[in-house]
Amino acid sequence: MIEIRGLAKRFGKVQALAEASFTAADGEITGLLGPNGAGKSTALRILCTILRADAGTASVDGIDTVDDPLGVRARIGVLPHNANLYANLTARENIGYYAALQGMDAEACDTAVERVVKTLGMEDIGDRRAKGFSQGQRIRVGLARALVHDPRTLILDEPTNGLDVMATRALRDVIRARRDAGCCVLLSSHVMQEVGALCDRIVILSRGRVVAAGTPDQIRAATGRDDLEDAFVQAIGQDAEATDW
Amino acid sequence: MKYAFRTFRKEFVDSVRERRAIASAVLLGPLFGPALFGGMFAMMLNIQIDEATEPLDVPIIGGADAINLKGHLGQRLIDVDPERFEDLAALREAVRRGDEKVGLVVDAGFADALRDGAPARVWIVVDRSNATALTALERVRAAVAEYGSTIGMQRLQLRGIDPRIARPFAVLTDDVSTPSGRSVVLLGMMTYFLLFAMMLGGLQVAIDTTAGERERGSLEPLLTLPVRRRDLVVGKVATAVAFMAVSLALGIAAFATTVQFLPLAKIGMTTNLTPAACLAIFAALVPFAILGAGLLTLVASFTRSFREAQTYTSFAMIVPPLPVLLTFLNPLQPSAPLMLVPSLSQHLLVTAIIKGQETAPEHFLLSAAATVTVGVLCTWGAVRRFRSEKLLV
Repeated sequence: MIEIRGLAKRFGKVQALAEASFTAADGEITGLLGPNGAGKSTALRILCTILRADAGTASVDGIDTVDDPLGVRARIGVLPHNANLYANLTARENIGYYAALQGMDAEACDTAVERVVKTLGMEDIGDRRAKGFSQGQRIRVGLARALVHDPRTLILDEPTNGLDVMATRALRDVIRARRDAGCCVLLSSHVMQEVGALCDRIVILSRGRVVAAGTPDQIRAATGRDDLEDAFVQAIGQDAEATDW
Repeated sequence: MKYAFRTFRKEFVDSVRERRAIASAVLLGPLFGPALFGGMFAMMLNIQIDEATEPLDVPIIGGADAINLKGHLGQRLIDVDPERFEDLAALREAVRRGDEKVGLVVDAGFADALRDGAPARVWIVVDRSNATALTALERVRAAVAEYGSTIGMQRLQLRGIDPRIARPFAVLTDDVSTPSGRSVVLLGMMTYFLLFAMMLGGLQVAIDTTAGERERGSLEPLLTLPVRRRDLVVGKVATAVAFMAVSLALGIAAFATTVQFLPLAKIGMTTNLTPAACLAIFAALVPFAILGAGLLTLVASFTRSFREAQTYTSFAMIVPPLPVLLTFLNPLQPSAPLMLVPSLSQHLLVTAIIKGQETAPEHFLLSAAATVTVGVLCTWGAVRRFRSEKLLV
């Protein structure tokens, strides 16, 4: 369960987040949707305790990100935007390092690594060094790293970026499986179809504010548009037109 | 600290597999010093032995008037050849170009002056900016002066005067240095090279684990793990320390090996780089690895890319060994206050070990404590940097 209340963050002159509030429930996939620069990554980074909000609070399972950052980090699995691997380590070693830093002893590490390698179908690349991995392979290992400690909450920033159709479908299956296991999944995307195909609830961010939130049906109803993409454009309003090409 | 060790283990494996890091830690750093040292030694050997004992060829102008002088120089293995230069200008130009080390010019009135008992003038043409000419200058000057004093004594004897009356002093030099002490002239530079080798050994690792990690995009997911930033930084610094310690050990071994093959005895030096002395040198220098690793990690953590980190860390590379250079200008003796100055204290300890002098254990401890303290402060600074969100944005 993720709760974001009145979150604000400013970088110099740019107000990345302004009074943003939303929740993501257990057993649901929540999509954070918005154009580039809407504040999606900033919100996720505050949630991961990497950034500190200027105002507002963020919590995971009731644990505040400022009061107990280590407690929050122990509960989440994170796949940041453009996250990369250690090129000199094999896929298994990459995952094993994260398992070790999650506090597992050597034996537990091995078991956990084997479990995610199997879940994500990575037996073929498990012992290869990450140097030369394709984008799809990198994201799969990154996801395995995020899942190795079996977290209750999964935070994914633009996970399908750069993936081909088959890899995207495989990733969706993994995400749905986590949801079905009762986990809370929060993912960000700027691709409407992506969010529409996968998410149970959608939060639309624009210029650091939440401009719409609800199930896809609720958003369609609220904006009066049948097509989700039209609804998205309607929701973010002038921002889309103001986008400077 | 469990997590610091796990971070160390991963960074160590990662760095060992990085060709760049291994090359600078195992090859470049440890071998650079001994190679340069061997080259410099070969040069010194040339100057000191060959120049002093080999026949020296000196062009002369006006030699026809100074047959006896030429004979005397010839006995001192200085061959004078009058035919080579027409005039003074040509000789001076040849010396300036470095074609000739020195030239001898006998004044036109040489024979007359000698006969009349007036000072007979002889010039030695030399380019003092040419270091290799200085030994030749000294040899020619000494040979001419020696001949002059022989003539002077003969003149006094002819006049019935004891020649000793013109030599009121007998100046002797009593050299109290030991052969191993004299070797410090050469091996004193060893500390500088070893400190430099250490810095070079940890450089790639320190950059790779901080700026490199950020640039590759593996830092952000790492920071979302339930590990204290302190443990991450300590693990990273410890990796650089390990690499620097290996560079140091290899550097000392390379020096000790190089010295075996150099005929130091020929220039009156011996070295006592015994295994025990090598161990003592390692013990004196290894605390510096903590300072170096902490400093490099601190500096690199403020940069955003590998390239930027290389620029700033190269400044950081130069600074720590600087106090050693001070001692080339002003030789210092080990004392408790000086042991508080990192790199200088290591240099003084190593110099004492090479000289075979007694080293006070409390000096070892003071040096290590002061150096490690600075290293810990640097590491603490890097931890603060890792806690800051500016690390990522």
